[in-house]
Amino acid sequence: MDIAAQSIEGGFADPVFNAQTVFRAVMDAMARPGTVQPLPALARPPAPFSATSGAIALALCDNDTPLWLDPALHASAAIGSWLGFHTGAPLANTSADAHFAFVATPAEMMALDGFSQGTQDYPDRSTTLVLQVGDLVSGTPLLLEGPGIETNATIAPAQMPRHFVEQWKQNNKRFPRGVDIVLATSEGVACLPRTTRIKTMGA
Amino acid sequence: MTAQPTDIATYNFAYLDEQTKRMIRRAILKGIAIPGYQVPFASREMPMPYGWGTGGVQVTASIIGPDDVLKVIDQGADDTTNAVSIRAFFKKVANVAVTTDTAAATIIQTRHRIPEHPLTAGQVLVYQVPIPEPLRFLEPRETETRKMHALEEYGLMHVKLYEDIAKHGRIATTYAYPVKVEGRYVMDPSPTPKFDNPKMHRSPALQLFGAGREKRIYAVPPFTDVVSLDFEDHPFEVQTFDQPCALCAAENVYLDEVILDDHGGHMFVCSDTDYCEKRRADGHRGHLAPETDLAPGNMEPAR
Repeated sequence: MDIAAQSIEGGFADPVFNAQTVFRAVMDAMARPGTVQPLPALARPPAPFSATSGAIALALCDNDTPLWLDPALHASAAIGSWLGFHTGAPLANTSADAHFAFVATPAEMMALDGFSQGTQDYPDRSTTLVLQVGDLVSGTPLLLEGPGIETNATIAPAQMPRHFVEQWKQNNKRFPRGVDIVLATSEGVACLPRTTRIKTMGA
Repeated sequence: MTAQPTDIATYNFAYLDEQTKRMIRRAILKGIAIPGYQVPFASREMPMPYGWGTGGVQVTASIIGPDDVLKVIDQGADDTTNAVSIRAFFKKVANVAVTTDTAAATIIQTRHRIPEHPLTAGQVLVYQVPIPEPLRFLEPRETETRKMHALEEYGLMHVKLYEDIAKHGRIATTYAYPVKVEGRYVMDPSPTPKFDNPKMHRSPALQLFGAGREKRIYAVPPFTDVVSLDFEDHPFEVQTFDQPCALCAAENVYLDEVILDDHGGHMFVCSDTDYCEKRRADGHRGHLAPETDLAPGNMEPAR
């Protein structure tokens, strides 16, 4: 399939209701960190962009939201034109300008503080990171606590960024500034808003 | 009027266009990530005036899906103008199921009350907010209040509560009583009676706040600390009532005063109509309750 066809196909079959389904899954995951909200494969973006993170892009991004793509996604011209066709979102010049960042290989990604952290006056002007992880059970277990979690919750996302726990602690310390993370797997989504604290198992 | 049904303009699902929904959805996600922080958003004109819940309606329209069951209350009541018209609005533009039963609803849009029936995980409570900024009456300049939130400078609010004590001997604020969310942002819980403040603390339901005219959205995630501001020697207290509901004999609920005649006759009844009706259906009788009750579900069909 040529790039022109790839960039046009694979959008939502039913844009209004599919977008609502994806948003509600992300909202519930953001409100209850550590829970996995199931999400069917509603979008078919070009590889290596996953169906789940592609669906999140379709549901939340438009011409108001500059996007940043990690090198693995950026290398594919088809992904750029797919996002351009379906969302109209421009690509951000730098990671610090991005409203959303999509990362296909989180294990190799740049530091979290390279993205927009918002300001003390406007902490909402920060980057939301969408990380494609293989699953949420085979990685290092993360014990979570904070708003949205009754006592504690555990997820074990695979292929997380290097020194993630240490980086996340620094992200917590910047509150109310900081980034929020959406973890996208083939089963669904889980979220780590900036308020969620990680206690490593056994620590 | 000769308009046929086919001539009536058809709207997108839930009235708002998709780009507006995306913008509001992004604001909601930021609001959840920063509990109590007021996220600016590009509020739209709605087919109702500001002050009728345009903020809450926009939030509800952005989250609602075809499987949702919507309940709308106005001061606790399902059957007053604001509640009836917003419920009818969503029935028309989103064709969703509506209910008056608190436990059956997935989304509850509210004007100034939290239902008496405990909320559960998975429910979303959407508040209509007139003035989202708790510091606004103390400091009219947005630039200043924004700085105060940024620096966590909330001394002015404590001075205000202290002045209450100096003047009245107690904290005289009875509604829109300021709360601190997760130990960081001071937030206006919207003009709910302070009676409802404890229900916000670590509620299993997600709480979203929409202020249409003031263009702000904020949120309290489930299981989040919401603490009413007070002093050690003047701790926060909720209203108490010295008599039970005159219709259902409920105690420890929020009561409205209803004037019965022009000779000073009055009675106190539950502000939460759904709660009161359910209790009466279960056989609870207050001292002014009629012998035989209205048939349940008398207002409108649930679906």
